[in-house]
Amino acid sequence: MFRLEGKTALVTGASGGIGSAIAQVLHAQGAKVVLSGTRESVIAQQAEALGQGRAFSVAANLGEPSAAESLLARAEEEAGSPVDILVNNAGLTRDMLALRMKDEDWSQVLDVDLAAPFRLCRAALKGMLRRRAGRIVNIASIIAATGNAGQANYAAAKAGMIGMSKSLAQEAGSRGVTVNVVAPGFIVTPMTDVLPDAQKEKLLGSIPLGRLGKPEDIASAVLYLASDEAAWVTGATLHVNGGMAMI
Amino acid sequence: MSEIADKVKKIVVEHLGVEESKVTPEASFIDDLGADSLDTVELVMAFEEAFNVEIPEDAAEKITTVKDAIDYIEKQKAA
Repeated sequence: MFRLEGKTALVTGASGGIGSAIAQVLHAQGAKVVLSGTRESVIAQQAEALGQGRAFSVAANLGEPSAAESLLARAEEEAGSPVDILVNNAGLTRDMLALRMKDEDWSQVLDVDLAAPFRLCRAALKGMLRRRAGRIVNIASIIAATGNAGQANYAAAKAGMIGMSKSLAQEAGSRGVTVNVVAPGFIVTPMTDVLPDAQKEKLLGSIPLGRLGKPEDIASAVLYLASDEAAWVTGATLHVNGGMAMI
Repeated sequence: MSEIADKVKKIVVEHLGVEESKVTPEASFIDDLGADSLDTVELVMAFEEAFNVEIPEDAAEKITTVKDAIDYIEKQKAA
């Protein structure tokens, strides 16, 4: 089950904790993986570590429209095969209470977290529809459903991503191409590591499963949706949040 | 038949997987050749790529038969 031999996957934001775990899991299941990220040396090292002649890296700054536009073609050239699995994981935050949020903070988050994934979906769908096969997994956030003070921009982008994915799922369904979303809750990252103990306690109290998520928890969900076994699942949002929000 | 017409026909045959004999000038993509709305969009994109022309959305909507496509592309190429 869940084997990906002969498949090629593109993972954006692969230098981050979640993206790196996703790339590792897909690779471990036999996929050829193209890692994309802004930090060229980091993703190159990661690709080298994965190895087996099935890991590649393509640097891209998805804040630039042309980068998102060309990334898919560059990834396919690097891998020497069309992308069967697209994982839109790259994203950034510019947190600020709305009263103080600048237009630039708003548009930068919307560009990278919503417009770039759209451009990548559009580019990938072209080939997937023609080949009558493909998997798109977009990484949103629990915040898309719950909102969060200080993250109006991020919540808008991630909620937008869910609506976009449902629409694309309807457009692509007749060709056997699925588009789904994984919405992570709070994951252990350098960002959550530095939270004060009191705040950590409070956070853990709101998670029925009693711990923060690991990047691997998200990667497993992505693997499922990327697999042949998930053939009858599309337009879905899989919430992976330890029970913090049961939606 | 013109070179453009030949090429259009070939793209339609390839893309829709229909027999060449069915791809007559009057054949409607949807009614006669079994295309769905996504096929028609993909066909227009294939024409754009093959002939290096841009087919705006309002023009694309009017291309419903093989002849429509040939006429439009011939006109663009002549211009």
